[in-house]
Amino acid sequence: MENLQLVLPEIFLSLSIMFLLILGVFKKNSSRLVQSLSLAVLIVTAVITFNETIGINETKLFNNSIIIDYLSSLMKIITLLAAFLVLIISSNYLKTFQIFKIEYPILILSSVLGMMVMINSNDLIVFYMGLELQSLALYVLATFNRDEIKSSEAGLKYFVLSALSSGLLLYGCSLIYGFTGSTNFDVIADQLNSNEYALTFGIVFILVGLAFKISAVPFHMWAPDVYEGSPTSVTLFFTMVPKIAALTVFIRFLYVPFLNLIDQWQMILIFLSIASMLFGAIAAIGQTNLKRLVAYSSIGHVGYALAGVAAGTNDGIQSSVIYITIYILMNLGLFSCLLMLKRDNNYYEKIDDLSGLSKNHPMLALSLLIILFSLAGIPPLAGFFAKFYVFKAVIEQSMYFLAIVGLLSTVVAAFYYLRLIKIMYFDEQKEKYDTDHGFWLKFSLTASTLLILIYFIFPSQLIEVVSRINII
Amino acid sequence: MNFPILSSLILLPSIGALFLFFTKSDKKNNFTGKYVALFTSAVNFFLSIYLWILFDPTTSEFQFVEERIWIKDLINYKVGVDGISILFILLTTFITPLCIVSVNNSIKERLSEFLIAVLIMESFMIGVFCSLDLVIFYLFFEAGLIPMFLIIGIWGGARRVYSAFKFFLYTLLGSVLMLVAIITIYWLNGTTDVVELYNSGIDIKYQNLLWLAFFSSFAVKTPMWPVHTWLPDAHVEAPTAGSVLLAAILLKMAGYGFIRFSLGLFPAASEIFTPLIYTLSVIAIIFTSFIALMQEDMKKLIAYSSVAHMGYVTLGIFTIQQQGIEGSIIQMISHGLVSAALFLCVGVVYDRMHSRLIDTYGGIVSIIPKYSILFMLFTLAALGLPGTSGFVGEFLILMGAFKDNFLVAVIASLGVIIGAAYMLWLYKRVVFGKLINTDLKQMFDLNRSELFILSCLAVPTLFFGFYPDPLINTIEVSISDLIDQYNFKLASKT
Repeated sequence: MENLQLVLPEIFLSLSIMFLLILGVFKKNSSRLVQSLSLAVLIVTAVITFNETIGINETKLFNNSIIIDYLSSLMKIITLLAAFLVLIISSNYLKTFQIFKIEYPILILSSVLGMMVMINSNDLIVFYMGLELQSLALYVLATFNRDEIKSSEAGLKYFVLSALSSGLLLYGCSLIYGFTGSTNFDVIADQLNSNEYALTFGIVFILVGLAFKISAVPFHMWAPDVYEGSPTSVTLFFTMVPKIAALTVFIRFLYVPFLNLIDQWQMILIFLSIASMLFGAIAAIGQTNLKRLVAYSSIGHVGYALAGVAAGTNDGIQSSVIYITIYILMNLGLFSCLLMLKRDNNYYEKIDDLSGLSKNHPMLALSLLIILFSLAGIPPLAGFFAKFYVFKAVIEQSMYFLAIVGLLSTVVAAFYYLRLIKIMYFDEQKEKYDTDHGFWLKFSLTASTLLILIYFIFPSQLIEVVSRINII
Repeated sequence: MNFPILSSLILLPSIGALFLFFTKSDKKNNFTGKYVALFTSAVNFFLSIYLWILFDPTTSEFQFVEERIWIKDLINYKVGVDGISILFILLTTFITPLCIVSVNNSIKERLSEFLIAVLIMESFMIGVFCSLDLVIFYLFFEAGLIPMFLIIGIWGGARRVYSAFKFFLYTLLGSVLMLVAIITIYWLNGTTDVVELYNSGIDIKYQNLLWLAFFSSFAVKTPMWPVHTWLPDAHVEAPTAGSVLLAAILLKMAGYGFIRFSLGLFPAASEIFTPLIYTLSVIAIIFTSFIALMQEDMKKLIAYSSVAHMGYVTLGIFTIQQQGIEGSIIQMISHGLVSAALFLCVGVVYDRMHSRLIDTYGGIVSIIPKYSILFMLFTLAALGLPGTSGFVGEFLILMGAFKDNFLVAVIASLGVIIGAAYMLWLYKRVVFGKLINTDLKQMFDLNRSELFILSCLAVPTLFFGFYPDPLINTIEVSISDLIDQYNFKLASKT
């Protein structure tokens, strides 16, 4: 029991959620207070995680069902920080739609808790529990603007499809349990008998479930609708935070129990990766709604992150962690821009609304320009390095096909990013947007843009942080 | 030697751009911005002259090398120059200030943004020519797309969007394969340091594919037939200063890349693919010359002539003869000066008449005589008249080609005639003939800044035409060493 401090972040977060819920119910008009406290909770949890767990060796708790190692600590910290940023920049948006309620931060906290459990999991049941906790919170978040019919539709759609995928996932878990006699990752690894085809079925079912959560093609269908329908601040959350946890589980699940079956799952992962990269790039071309476009672009980016996982090496894992980190940074900047397209209490989210932005709001347009070029992977911006590391890991495994398809799809993807830039810079200007954005929105935009821009001066730092990830 | 002169050359324009970015420019009076930009690029030019003076042409070693750890255990930031690259750096720092002077007349709005783009572009281009690490090279090579895309797209002509997209996507598509090749080289040799790769060589099994991957990038950028189609569009739509940068410097990146990487790293593959290059070069020379003959738009004509001239360059490089490669480099420098001047000449009349069509003009010789004289000079330099720098390059290239392959040389020599035909015909139709369009009478002759720019370009064109020794002395040792290395590697591996 002396190791209980290792799960202190989770314990603290759960207690805080309960406390905030009670506080919110008993104290009237406390949404601002709850919001501030939630932000504090996220930061404190991140600090605790950093202090208690970042330096320790791999430790397993509670009958080996929870694993605390460098990967999990790092991913938890990234999750917490990302959630913090999402929460802090969404308040203006929520106020505009009069949905600035106590439930919002609490739901985000609960889903973060679920993600932390997922990241920690070393057992199928624990993993499933975490997954459901985060999903349930996300369903509600998607419908958060409940007077808006699109938002309700998004939530319902997400719920139905997600429940289906959870069912598949659970079926896969039961298959694996049936053939190995355990739900624990370590025991499964010992009991593994590659002759059992049914085991492969189990893996496939679980991968389908995970691919759904991370919105990889061909299980991406929900993403554009849900991203478009949800309130923008929730979309921001969707595109960033759940992907971190899902990616961690992808890594953990494939590399701990099923490393010996790498021949079987590598192909599936390569397929998921190629399909996502290509589909994300091609389908985004025809979009006219910015949020839908972001949805497709995030599908593409997930493909690149999965390419790193598919490489089957520590280098590959590290590269996809780098990828997802830089992706989060770029997405944060992108959404900060989206949240600034506001005029008369109305948010604009059509591509044409960007028209002539560079004349009315030169700084906003310049930031968006940098972010978009970075998303397209043009050097010397951060997005290029993210792709560079991934493809370096992939080519080291001689997976040329994956690398070439991936890089060619960046050219296709460059087209729609360029189109946005064209609309901003080459087209005629329209009415101005409001400029009285809150401090945090401006801060997150400036900070993410600057980080993307100057990343090339200090590229080693991020590599050093992830280089301690050692799974295999 | 402690002063990091190359890094300063790379950084200085960016610092100037940063300074411009933070200077508030009032709409009416953009003088501050222009002087800042001009000052920065002029300092850079003198710095590069200083570099040339310090440069030791008797050795083929890389000089002024700076090396810093950049990404630990992966990539080092390494820059340096040898005889091959130093001239391109000089060309870049020479052309950029002239571009900045030329914006006086052509760029009306968002001037300081334009200058920022040009300065950043200069940083990237110098970076391309002095990087000694493949990844750093790729970084600079690709990064140049961003400012160029904006220059074409924001300040371009009517079809600017189409052209900017075509330019960007074409070059990006070519380059991504090079990235795969660079990573593969890293995987094979454990380093992307060019000097180390020169010494260790690359496994012969992989050379062909790697060569093709590099080729795909350089061929688009050169541009070689049949992937040259982005160039006329980009040139026509870009503002004058953009066309100048594009023609004078951007196209040279690929020629430089062929010499530095294709020949230096993959000798076996270069030997195998020489016939391919010959074929494409000859087609480019003959075919695009004929296309140029038929153009009605002056800028397009010059753009096609660029393709033909770059055909000579690639032809010369792959002769692997001392004269051939020397000729290619001199041809590139000369083309940098002459095509820049020709685009500026078109820009001059375009600013006055707002038409690039040849039909609009005719008989302007008596109205704007100064212009006609300078235009004549550059026309003759473009067709390679003895006494201009264009002749030196073409002559050396053809000499190298005759040594290597008689047939190719003969066909390429025929291209010179067509080249003379389209240039002279262009000149005749624009400058001579009857004055039909009476609007032309209102044209005024070159103003001071235009005269200054064109004279600046005319002086080296003539000087190196009569006395190319400074150029040849600079590149001679590096090239002979490159060829020795090439032949040595070829002999030792096969």
